Amino acid sequence: MTLTPLSYRVVDRRDETHDTVTLVLEPASEALKPFAPGQFAMLYAFGVGEIPVSVSRLADGHRLTHTVRAVGAVSRALCGLRTGGWVGVRGPFGTAWDSAAAHGNDLLVIAGGIGLAPLRPLVDAVLAEPQAFGRLNVLAGARTPDDLLYGDEFPAWGKPFGAVTVDRPSGGWTGRVGVVTTLLREARFTPSDTVAFVCGPEVMMRATARALIHQGVRPDRIRVSLERNMRCATGHCGHCQLGPLLLCRDGPVVGYDQAEPLLTVREL
Amino acid sequence: MTSHPVGPPGEQVFAALTTEHRGKLMALAREVAFPGGTRIFEEGEKADRFWIIRSGTVALDVHVPGRGRVVVETIGAGSLLGWSWLCPPRQWHLAAETRDAVRAWEFDAAAVQDLCAEDTALGLSLVTAVAETIGDRLRATRTRLLDLYGPPGPQGIGPVP
Ligand SMILES: Cc1cc2nc3c(=O)[nH]c(=O)nc-3n(C[C@H](O)[C@H](O)[C@H](O)COP(=O)(O)OP(=O)(O)OC[C@H]3O[C@@H](n4cnc5c(N)ncnc54)[C@H](O)[C@@H]3O)c2cc1C
Ligand code: FES
Repeated sequence: MTLTPLSYRVVDRRDETHDTVTLVLEPASEALKPFAPGQFAMLYAFGVGEIPVSVSRLADGHRLTHTVRAVGAVSRALCGLRTGGWVGVRGPFGTAWDSAAAHGNDLLVIAGGIGLAPLRPLVDAVLAEPQAFGRLNVLAGARTPDDLLYGDEFPAWGKPFGAVTVDRPSGGWTGRVGVVTTLLREARFTPSDTVAFVCGPEVMMRATARALIHQGVRPDRIRVSLERNMRCATGHCGHCQLGPLLLCRDGPVVGYDQAEPLLTVREL
Repeated sequence: MTSHPVGPPGEQVFAALTTEHRGKLMALAREVAFPGGTRIFEEGEKADRFWIIRSGTVALDVHVPGRGRVVVETIGAGSLLGWSWLCPPRQWHLAAETRDAVRAWEFDAAAVQDLCAEDTALGLSLVTAVAETIGDRLRATRTRLLDLYGPPGPQGIGPVP
């Protein structure tokens, strides 16, 4: 883990949707240690600021891949970078999707919106050794068809079982409409032998976790990724505190048994 | 793997019924098939039957003035199609159109209501199962109104049909 940002150059960029971009970064000289699925980096847009962003594909050599949605000053600056542009990067930070804990179990990978980005390395890892797991289900929800990420990769993930749903159909969308929890009706899993990995806005993760628990999945087998504002990312400044957790260190991936009481109180 | 698996399709509504009750209900079922693009029912029409989808998908839509038909949800195998028959005014709240070829069991609401009156234990189980579906749809609607996938902050509240 480095405390000062290392310089990385944008070697590839791809527009995923109208507001989301995938950047591939290569170290100028020194490289960060390898990341695990679910971990994040602090990406520094020079002169603008630094934000946490998960890895959205595992390293190809020393390269880093991040998918960023433009919501404010820093993320917009990152999304505006062109090939050849420079970024400061610190990491790897935080806890990972512990796929080893899911060995031999059915897997539910459930994403809402940009939440699919941190889950993509997990899907890649599971597909690389399918014999280690039970049935894989990848369920993704988005606001509109135009907000869906990685549309061209989904068919491959869909082979075990995959489904996509949108809240608001448009532009001749013929797929599913409805919240992501409705896809659980058709997913193939045995609740008592299932581990679920969930990432998206908090309201989506709460609704999903409740639906899973209702179906018999144990709360400690539901992993969610929690977001809070981060500053130091090293467990020192307290910006990312959620109850007893410092999410840059104890998260972002935590068990729902731990997260639930923290997500349901009105103020902390 | 010991516990019951979720699915396969067709099981959800029946899961709450005993084998005997299921047998009685199924004695009233009619197998039906609809090609893709069939309007099964329209908003406001009399709700005198319901379906349990065996395969295929059905889109539930609502007419929004100025925007035409807006799909609010699609449902697939195992789902209950139609609950408006259960309580007054017994008119469809939404309209339903098949997305692709659909096979379903069709039930005449009056016959099912008679059966429920005759066998109140069956009636209670069935109404509970239907109420669960209504609860599911209500929760889904509520979650959509909260803008499930939006970032926090005022810009997250977008127009929801
Ligand atoms: C561990 C972790 C991993 C993350 N991974 C990713 C990722 O892979 N891809 C990605 O695009 N983003 C990711 N984020 C979110 C990203 O860090 C925020 O979008 C970013 O901090 C916003 O900064 P900004 O300066 O662009 O916007 P700001 O000016 O800080 O905020 C602008 C608007 O965006 C909203 N906003 C602020 N923070 C968030 C947030 N965390 N999520 C949603 N809306 C927010 C604010 O409410 C505000 O309305 C992650 C966050 C964390 C904590
Ligand atoms: S960001 Fe400083 S303690 Fe977590």
